[in-house]
Amino acid sequence: MPHYTFLKFIWPSALAMLIFIALPIVSISIQSLFIEHEKILVTVENCTPFGCEEITKVDLEATEAQEAENPLGKYNGFGTYTNRNHLAFSELKQAWSESGGLNDFLTEVFNLPFYKALSFTLAYTFIVTPLVIIIGFFIALAVNRLPSFFKGPTIFICLLPMIITPLIGSLVLFWMIDAEGIIGSLLQIIFNDPNLSLKASPTLTWVMLFVYGVWHHAPFAFIVFYAGLQTIPRDTLESAMIDGANKWEQTRYVIIPHLMPLAVFISLIQLMDNFRVFEPIVGFNAQASATSLSWLIYNDFRSGDGDMLFGSAAATSILTIIGISVLMTPVIVRTWKANKPVIGAR
Amino acid sequence: MNKKNNWLNILSLSFIIIWLILASVPFLWTLWGSFKVEADFFSKQDWRNAIFGVRTLVETGGVFTLNGYKGAWIQEEFWRAALNTGIVTVSVVTISLTLGTLGGYALARSGFRYAFWILIAALIFRAMPHITLVSGYLLPFFELGLWGHLSTTIVVLVAINQPFTLWMLHSFFLTIPKDLDESAMVDGCTRFQAFRHVIIPVMWPGVITTGLFSFLLAYNDFAITALLLTETNQTMVPKIAGFLGSAQEQGNVMFAVAAVVSATVPLFMLVLFFQRQIVSGLTAGAVKG
Repeated sequence: MPHYTFLKFIWPSALAMLIFIALPIVSISIQSLFIEHEKILVTVENCTPFGCEEITKVDLEATEAQEAENPLGKYNGFGTYTNRNHLAFSELKQAWSESGGLNDFLTEVFNLPFYKALSFTLAYTFIVTPLVIIIGFFIALAVNRLPSFFKGPTIFICLLPMIITPLIGSLVLFWMIDAEGIIGSLLQIIFNDPNLSLKASPTLTWVMLFVYGVWHHAPFAFIVFYAGLQTIPRDTLESAMIDGANKWEQTRYVIIPHLMPLAVFISLIQLMDNFRVFEPIVGFNAQASATSLSWLIYNDFRSGDGDMLFGSAAATSILTIIGISVLMTPVIVRTWKANKPVIGAR
Repeated sequence: MNKKNNWLNILSLSFIIIWLILASVPFLWTLWGSFKVEADFFSKQDWRNAIFGVRTLVETGGVFTLNGYKGAWIQEEFWRAALNTGIVTVSVVTISLTLGTLGGYALARSGFRYAFWILIAALIFRAMPHITLVSGYLLPFFELGLWGHLSTTIVVLVAINQPFTLWMLHSFFLTIPKDLDESAMVDGCTRFQAFRHVIIPVMWPGVITTGLFSFLLAYNDFAITALLLTETNQTMVPKIAGFLGSAQEQGNVMFAVAAVVSATVPLFMLVLFFQRQIVSGLTAGAVKG
């Protein structure tokens, strides 16, 4: 296809991606170098019949004029990146010099908002992704053994946790796990502890979010592996059987190698999707014990008093993008070397 | 040998049954509970109340109640959010498929190295967490007066959807033989005429599959719609999140439960009617590579 024709076909799509994906990345890298203007304060004398007092208040007009003149805020260099809410270098240094041991130091570090979010995001990504692959694989093996009459309805039910809106899916589970919901109260009976609440314990909150992640994503791995199982050549399996391979050996030496490229594909998609974990934290109302990088950005826009912290959100965004790039590089390089790009749906 | 296989069958069957229970019961439970009052759905005394509706009978005179649905749809005007979701999803699906078929077709037929680079760039774009992009939009949108409109959100969702749509349709168009449109061009068609008269009639299976996933992306989105829309323009998902803040104070969690069930129904229908396409779409990228 000539270049000119190619351009005619691709420009709307390319333009949309340039303006709304590439440009925003440039925009946040600039934004992250600026910080909100300080409010301009004025001191006025407030006189009442009982005497006069001086009060300080925000000069709204001047503040607004200042914002209109320079909406980005004032230049702050890398100040936002290094402050307490992001990389927190000085806090780290202080914690290192003051702490008694490694444990002490880590506790200090994980109290800093950025490191708290980073640790949960990484834990979620690296615990949920392998579990999704393993559980999806076993579901695929099990469904493959079912009589064909049951396969359709089984796949139908399996798809439900995956296509459900993440926020809705986490709410549905959250309501059941609530201390007054069915699972919550059953657990109280089982452990004979009327005050047991999954929400109150940080560890249990993490476990709850991991369980949600596996529940939500396992169907994707299942479907991909199941489709892969259908393409295994009969001959190979049969010759393995003739050679005396038992079920385990067939799985280990025929099925798993055949499905390996699919596992790479699933882990690529799962790394992308799990690193942006966000909705479950809102749905499970878990921010007290677990936050993610995406949640931190969201929180900067919802900080309560109506001010959006653009600089802070932009800095976290850049750090998040650096994080996902580091995670993705090995997989993308591998894809590229194979020169056989893969991608697909979630 | 036989005895061993029996064990394996039992093991695999019980595994699949446990998984099916985990996958379906939360939905059934919430659907059933949405017709009860809060005192039953979150029962302090006995979890069985949620099944039999003991408090519901006392409070409303029937075992089932539509109070949650009435509260959500009429009092809290959930219909407005449902309408907005309808507008957003239909527009997003239509526009992204239009752009995506053109782009995907060009990428599949180009033959030049840069098509591969565009696909790699799209893969990297696909990896960007949506909320990092939103934090890039907000300030410019405020400055330009674009914030809060449904149309802005639609355009943003279309753009975010493009990388995935391009990949899906690209790999689908690769499965359509080149000879088909090339012979049309030998007969004197231009590239665009060949696309219109030869490719469009045979591309629907791929387009429907891709469309389903565009629909899911637009319908399920929370990060973008929550931050880019004003309260009156909200779609269903941010509206439900809003219920949680306000409803919990008023003791009206059941509004949120009813809204959640209402928003799940279209998704349920989607799987019911398009199961085959969803499965083939999920595997298209992986198996064909």
